[in-house]
Amino acid sequence: MINLKINDKPLSVEEGTTILQAARKFKIDIPSLCYTPLHLVSAHNMLASCRVCVVEVKGRRNLAPACTTMCAEGMEVFTATQRVINARRTVLELLLSDHPMDCPTCPKNMHCKLQDLAERMGIRNVTYKGETSRKNEYSSNDYPIRLNPAKCILCSTCVKICNEIQTCGVLRETKRGFHTQVGAEFGIDLSLTNCVSCGQCINVCPTGAISQSSEVDKVWKALANPRKHVVCQVAPSVRAALGEEFGYNVGTSVTQKIPTAARVIGFEKCYDTNFGADLTIMEEANELVERLTKGGKLPMITSCCPGWINFIEKNYPDMLDLPSTCKSPMSMQGSMIKNYLAEKMGWNPDDVVVVSIMPCTAKKSEIKRSQLAHCGYSDDDYVLTTRDFAQMIRETGVNFDTLDSSRFDDPMGESTGGADIFGNSGGVMEAALRNAKYVLEGKAGELEIPGIRGTTGIKTDVVEIAGHKIRLCAVSGLGNARKILEEIRSGKAKYDFIEVMACPGGCVNGGGQPYEASKQSVTVVKARQQVLYNEDKGKIHRISAENESIQALYRDFLEKPGSEKAEQYLHTHYEDQSLPQNKFKI
Amino acid sequence: MAKILEKLKTREDFMAFCRANSHRLDRRKGKEDGKHTIAVCSSSGCHASGSESVYDMFKAEIEKQGAQDLIDLDINGCFGFCEKGPICKVYPEDTFYIQVKPEDAAEIVKSIVEKSKPVEKNLYTNPATGEKIANQEEIPFYKKQKRIALRNCGLVNPTSLGDYLANGGFKGFLRVLFDLTPEEAIEEMKEAGLRGRGGAGFPTYLKWDICRKSPGETKYLICNADEGDPGAFMDRSIMEGDPYSVVEGMMSAAKIIGANHGVVYIRAEYPLAVERLSSAIEELKKVGLLGKNILGSPFSFDIEIKYGAGAFVCGEETALIKSAEGDRGEPTVKPPFPAQKGLFGKPSNVNNVETFANVPYIYGHGPEAFNKIGSEKSKGTKVFALAGKVNNVGLVEVPMGTSLREIIYDIGGGIKNGKEFKAVQTGGPSGGCIPSSLIDTPIDYEHLSAIGSMMGSGGMIVMDEDNCMVAIAKFYLTFTVDESCGKCTPCRVGNKRLLEILTKIVEGNGTEEDLEDLENLSLVIEDTALCGLGQSSPNPVLSTLRYFRDEYEAHVNQKICPSHECKALAKYAIDPAKCIGCTKCARNCPVNAIHPTDKPAKNPKLFIHKIDEATCIKCGTCANNCPVKAISL
Repeated sequence: MINLKINDKPLSVEEGTTILQAARKFKIDIPSLCYTPLHLVSAHNMLASCRVCVVEVKGRRNLAPACTTMCAEGMEVFTATQRVINARRTVLELLLSDHPMDCPTCPKNMHCKLQDLAERMGIRNVTYKGETSRKNEYSSNDYPIRLNPAKCILCSTCVKICNEIQTCGVLRETKRGFHTQVGAEFGIDLSLTNCVSCGQCINVCPTGAISQSSEVDKVWKALANPRKHVVCQVAPSVRAALGEEFGYNVGTSVTQKIPTAARVIGFEKCYDTNFGADLTIMEEANELVERLTKGGKLPMITSCCPGWINFIEKNYPDMLDLPSTCKSPMSMQGSMIKNYLAEKMGWNPDDVVVVSIMPCTAKKSEIKRSQLAHCGYSDDDYVLTTRDFAQMIRETGVNFDTLDSSRFDDPMGESTGGADIFGNSGGVMEAALRNAKYVLEGKAGELEIPGIRGTTGIKTDVVEIAGHKIRLCAVSGLGNARKILEEIRSGKAKYDFIEVMACPGGCVNGGGQPYEASKQSVTVVKARQQVLYNEDKGKIHRISAENESIQALYRDFLEKPGSEKAEQYLHTHYEDQSLPQNKFKI
Repeated sequence: MAKILEKLKTREDFMAFCRANSHRLDRRKGKEDGKHTIAVCSSSGCHASGSESVYDMFKAEIEKQGAQDLIDLDINGCFGFCEKGPICKVYPEDTFYIQVKPEDAAEIVKSIVEKSKPVEKNLYTNPATGEKIANQEEIPFYKKQKRIALRNCGLVNPTSLGDYLANGGFKGFLRVLFDLTPEEAIEEMKEAGLRGRGGAGFPTYLKWDICRKSPGETKYLICNADEGDPGAFMDRSIMEGDPYSVVEGMMSAAKIIGANHGVVYIRAEYPLAVERLSSAIEELKKVGLLGKNILGSPFSFDIEIKYGAGAFVCGEETALIKSAEGDRGEPTVKPPFPAQKGLFGKPSNVNNVETFANVPYIYGHGPEAFNKIGSEKSKGTKVFALAGKVNNVGLVEVPMGTSLREIIYDIGGGIKNGKEFKAVQTGGPSGGCIPSSLIDTPIDYEHLSAIGSMMGSGGMIVMDEDNCMVAIAKFYLTFTVDESCGKCTPCRVGNKRLLEILTKIVEGNGTEEDLEDLENLSLVIEDTALCGLGQSSPNPVLSTLRYFRDEYEAHVNQKICPSHECKALAKYAIDPAKCIGCTKCARNCPVNAIHPTDKPAKNPKLFIHKIDEATCIKCGTCANNCPVKAISL
């Protein structure tokens, strides 16, 4: 233990504790900006670049950044002397002097650490005014991730996430000095880079420098058109986090408020993407059984996550035979709405608008894939993130708290517990195995696989189904996916079934989830996961094959999993999207 | 050099090799053997003033006059008196020729062949007495100098290992390799009192000792050759003029700290220094002084050269390490210090070129030889790049504790054109301006920082009455803003804002408040910036505010620039009493701002002229053209 004094208060902390950690532990808050703990991925962004958290250390010539300075025996720290306050204020004013200050229209308005700090420090006037370094301008609106370097405070947390955690290597500091900015190399558009649009950079960005594209305006326009049948589908993870946007505690389920809210907004129908998830399981479990029993290509890797699909297409084009050919639940459901349900409902498919409410930014790129269209109709039309959806709800003026409970619309409103857990890392795999066991053994059997639950990046387990020992690996975070792919390539890893989700912890921690609690916190992600596990537990049916609406869909239209029609509407293929420069890599 | 057929494998091999080379500098040291050597300076300064064609012309002339058997032509390293380049020396007479042009070669060769007097026109003239000086040591520029780091510069052929050995080269390394334990060697370094010559003045022995004791198998020794101060070229000249001493210094340090890999981080704009260092390293590998089991000892060492792209901040050791790793050259937070976690995460020791160049001297001559020179806490000598408004511009090496006055007046020959001395800037962009009232300050680490400047790497720029101190501060801030890496807020944005305020002031738009803001912001940047570059960047502002506040106030309050340097504040006026109405100013004015008044001049047919201030662009053409000097600021 190390003994020190902060503001004359004697404290004891463990060795290796920073001044900032020590102070916060003892309820002395030192304002900080660029320091970002990333507990979920066992990392910290602590470059000490913003210099907001400076404190006075007795005997030291200059002020010390509390975020990186380690506590030492006998140290005397002062966190609020005039010298400290003046320095902190000046540094903050300097940051503000090079900031656009258009808070009311900023995509991160009210979710901005810089704004919070300016308020906390009571900055009403910026002494040092002058030239601004970068243009206040967002990059192309079409791409899910939007950069506005003018709002960047150069904390480089996104750089860390993009390079070290997701290993996509897209975001970097470019240029020098006053003109330093974060972006892709040579300032090229993100769509031309290795970016997979996972959106983790958006979640960790403390300001409005990285945000998502928004199709809210287009959705309002479609809703205003009386000719259109605007329907929505809502992904499982949305219900585990939407409440946070309305002041509910993290880990509160708001499943039953969602359909009511959707109807208030004006959606004609509100379907549950869980239905699509059950459908995915029917197809994916079938594919797994086929590959296992008929000597198909193994390991089979799940394909629900668009960030992951972008990643493998861009980085491992030689391994595109590994992912399952199943479309994602969103695309399966969109396809079924347009190609099956529309006719049943008597809608002209031309007038059907499918709006998918997702925890994800990569979904915005998924709907643009040419593979995911039939007869000129793309499976889905618009993707709204959980944040977008919350914003629309707020815009209606409805009091979320007083919304009645209601059910999703049939016939795509029924779902099993297997579908619920799709939002959690390990969940897709668990659901698929439940179904595979059901198909192969004809009975429900053990319903939970604890070994692949939780927030760890790489989880492995083995299950035995009908005499097949299936070696499992559930991966979340693309850096971990890269590790596993490299091991597969080198022959070191021997797995039969792998699940990959791009975002650490799974979709519940997706790039489109509420900002407030998304800073890679283990507690938050675990609480959101728990919501979905609870939903699963509460369901009468927990195996996708038991979903009666799914059974009806197969009776009516698809015949059986893997049928010709299923292949046509529910399966897809992957294409080499690697960048020219990646081809030269060894 | 004696032909090497085999690598040197033992200490005895090496001693024999030294003996075989021991005669090499005899003629240069004045021993007569009936022959002569003409050595042309080949360093960058003289090169820029045309030494290469001088060399070629000497070669042609020697052949033309049939003196091949009488005269050897050779090259030399930097003499330091760069202003007077190209410099040539004739041995054994030791004649020091300055400003030698190719057409002078014939006469110089002739004087040697005919054994006549030295060619007067190329000798140095003492400006005080008008007498011609043929001998280098008698030139005032050299009289007060003490050359340790530059001991071989201007004496040896920098490309010759034999020359280096003949002047005692590798004697120190041999002791470190065979006779001293690392502890003893560090103790000697402690006794010598060498401190880092890169600027901060950290005791070298301590740096080595920390790195030596840092746990780890692999350690790196890094030579910081990323000299970046504007106007500084000490390290460059050492590498160009005496590359072997840098390498030897590195070898000794590596042996002491237990590093087997050396890296020289050098800016790519120093092509000649790169070439000289690379060939020295190659030569040493060839003879077996670099590589595995040097001279049969367990010590192995190799050196790699890494090029820097010329970023000033990469002179900061953590940024240098990042850059050497291939990453963006940005400083990182200390601790961990490089000695704990440096290049590729391994314990590393970074010293600059001049520091390494001192090491062979210390181990070769013993610590007393070094510590008897200098002041109480700053031992040895320091090389300065003397520049600015001083008569003798060049590289000077003086004992620590020498006063600024001695450097500027005795060595530098005083201020150009008889103007008044105003200030001297030391320490480059991180240093400060020292006013004339402090000219008797002895130069060492403590004294310089006490008066708000710093030793820095050795830039020394002299300013006279025509220099505006606000403009000087602005000049340095412009440099810092350009060279900030952009990582931390105070340096990235703060320095930019400082520069903006300074610009406002020199343009005549400053206010009293600006001075307060300038001071507060400077102090905050000093207090909060991440690395040494940022922390010291406000020094030029703070030191000029401290010593020349009246100049700032004149800019702000009276809107005048006392030195008339700030164009925006300049006002040209025609003295009606002097104007003869010749119209020359009006005819030469590029913006037609000068017109005749209705008042007749001396010659009643002509009229007194007047400048329209609103149109005037303050170019000064009128003042330069006026035949009666009637126009002034």
